[in-house]
Amino acid sequence: MKKKQARSIEDAISNLRDDAIVLVGGFGYGGVPEALIEGVCGSGLKNLTIVNNNAGTGHTGIARLLEEGCVGKMICSFPFAAESHVFKEMFAAGKVDLEVVPQGTMAERMRNAGAGLGGFLTPTGVGTEIAEGKPEFEVDGKTYIMEKPLRGDFALVKAYKTDPRGNLIYRKAARNFNPVMAMAADFTIAEVAEEVPLDGLDPEAIVTPGVYVDCYCVTG
Amino acid sequence: MANIMTKPDKPLLTRDQIAKRLAQDLEADWVVNIGIGLPVLSVAHVPKDRDVILHSENGIIGMGPPPEREEDIDRDLMSAGKGPVTLIPGGVFVHHADSFSLARGGRLDCAVLGAFQVGANGDLANWKVKGASSGNIGGAMDIAVGAKRVFAIMTHLAKNGEAKVVQAIDYPPTALGVVTRVYTDMAVISVTPDGFVLEEVAPGLTVDDVQAATDAELILPDAVRTIAA
Repeated sequence: MKKKQARSIEDAISNLRDDAIVLVGGFGYGGVPEALIEGVCGSGLKNLTIVNNNAGTGHTGIARLLEEGCVGKMICSFPFAAESHVFKEMFAAGKVDLEVVPQGTMAERMRNAGAGLGGFLTPTGVGTEIAEGKPEFEVDGKTYIMEKPLRGDFALVKAYKTDPRGNLIYRKAARNFNPVMAMAADFTIAEVAEEVPLDGLDPEAIVTPGVYVDCYCVTG
Repeated sequence: MANIMTKPDKPLLTRDQIAKRLAQDLEADWVVNIGIGLPVLSVAHVPKDRDVILHSENGIIGMGPPPEREEDIDRDLMSAGKGPVTLIPGGVFVHHADSFSLARGGRLDCAVLGAFQVGANGDLANWKVKGASSGNIGGAMDIAVGAKRVFAIMTHLAKNGEAKVVQAIDYPPTALGVVTRVYTDMAVISVTPDGFVLEEVAPGLTVDDVQAATDAELILPDAVRTIAA
């Protein structure tokens, strides 16, 4: 069986490269792969495109990634949160690009990529500036716009438990974007609180099958 | 720029009173999405014996009130506005794509959303200020197009006196033709195929007061009720 547990955070992060698209899980406090993000902060990586619902708060996590100069572009649904000072200043100064995506469209674009599809039709954004430049279709009398898949080179996700195959379960609302990000990236790294033995997870309850997980780090 | 309207020199409803009025219209067994900000205040006013299922965009179906004890606050159980919440018995967690499938797929009986402007045709503007380079969409676009009803909750006028209840919105739209009712500190207004219908006015205000603060014609039913504040 392929060994998926990384030797260290640094070892897992060493897979990343400059200019990569990195999907980062989490919503608010829940489901944020904090240790992995910290690992990227010290890596010296440049011009990453970070996909996350928000654009970092305070001076930790994605906000620190921005401050360290690792990020060229953010793809978010809600970038201008009250505590997103670092992003706001850098965006105003033209130091980081931004793509604002409706939250459901963002999630669906990643699931679409993970499912091997080439786009989907959504009613979200019809008649708004989100629709600009996107093909419009009428299906059974209802108007939709076409959205493209959003694939990551890497995904950093946070889960509650893993087994040695990388099968993941999540805790409460910390699930959020993590399962769709895990399936949408070429290389997925999971930060987990706990590792259990094989057969230690109920197969009926596993949310992310280990086939989507390339390696994991146990952070307790 | 929207027109500057006349604000009545009379007490208006408080934020909490608007929320209380709105909560009366959230029916038992509805699945309801509550937006961040002012909409959140309505949750506390839903009668305890009325089983309303609250959906939180971050994957909670059956969101309950904030925990009573501080030690029960759980970072993995927060609302869309990042406040601590609980799960009701029988509540469920789903991932983001499923959470928004529920919203777009027509399973929300109602969405309660804040607004910058509402048009007489139900157009909603709530994500970006006019002229701004960008803004926060969050889940609003998906939720507004998917919900069976959209209740907009807001002050009747902007701080500078600009109209927010308008014939045609001139802020960037969030979704077109979606708002079904508007709850403000001055009135309850339904959006109908004919335009705005003034259902109720705040205590102490007249129909003329509300019309003078509204940049669209208000259709008057046989009887305009007073909001029970």
